[in-house]
Formats: sequence, C-alpha cells, structure tokens
Amino acid sequence: MQLARVIGDVVVSRKDESLEGITLLIVQPLTPDRQPVGRPLVVVDPLGAGVGEEVFFVRGKEASFPFHPMQPPVDAGIVGIIDHWDLG
Amino acid sequence: MQIGRVVGTVVSTHKHKTFEGATLLLVQPLHIDDTPRGAAVLAVDGVGAGVDEKVLIVLEGRAAGETLGKKGAPVDAAIIGIIDTVTVRE
Repeated sequence: MQLARVIGDVVVSRKDESLEGITLLIVQPLTPDRQPVGRPLVVVDPLGAGVGEEVFFVRGKEASFPFHPMQPPVDAGIVGIIDHWDLG
Repeated sequence: MQIGRVVGTVVSTHKHKTFEGATLLLVQPLHIDDTPRGAAVLAVDGVGAGVDEKVLIVLEGRAAGETLGKKGAPVDAAIIGIIDTVTVRE
C-alpha cells in the first residue's frame, strides 16, 4: 500500500457493468514527507474520499475486494483515508 | 488504472482459445496531460471502444481477465470504460 493525495476525478459513462456506481478518482502517490513521487493513477474509491484528502491505496486485484461480492475489473483502489501520519 | 487513447485495432486469427470473440485494441497510455507515455499496449476491449476514444485501462492480469468472463485467460490489459472527462483540481 502507498500514501497518496486525491487530486481529481474521472467520469466514465460507458463502462464494464460491474463498475456501475463506483467512484473513480485520480491520486498522486506521496513520499512520507508529502512530496509527489511517481505518476498519478486512477483508483476506485469505496470510502468516499474527496479532492485534497490524504489516503492509502492498494494495487492489484485486491482493490476489488471492498466491493465483494461484486468483482469489478480494477487494479488500484483506495482502502483508507488518513487522519495523519508521523515520522519517527 | 491508467488513462489511454485507442490508436488502432488488431486482428489475430490464431490465438489462445480464451480470446475467441474478444476484441483486441492498440492503446497508447497517456500522462495526465494527454501526452503519450511508454509503449502502446494490446488490450482486450470490454466495453466497445473505438479508435481515438479516451479509455480507462487496467494493467493487471486477474482484473483484465474478469472482462473476458473466462477463467485462466492469458491477458494483462483490458479496457474497462470510455472516459467522458478527467478533472484535476490540484
């Protein structure tokens, strides 16, 4: 899983039917000191995160698990909205 | 998932049996500002996309296989949606 900030969203009308009703957001992965790292990607959002929020996301088929028993064909998804993190 | 643009169609007669009936499209992955990123990929089309359309692609085996609805399909990329808009607010 990785830290990221939500930076936007994607609207998709015609889609795989198992994606119906699922929110798609764009996230920018972050370093622990909040610097952008790597390129932005599109993720599914089962939690209702908003633009500007810091989140963590998972890559792989596991991103579909929060939508069980549906199995949407997705490869990245938000699994937590972060309140804060601290560096030791 | 990644954003891409459909740049071509692919016809293949001799292919793995799980591909039968599937449409294969050539998709150029894009950066968030629509510039091309890396090499074009062949993706299974699960939604009926056409050339020049902007699409959402999964680049992961098991997720891509879901779009074919067949177990054990040897695929690693699939189109799962046609993009209306991309909004970046930050």
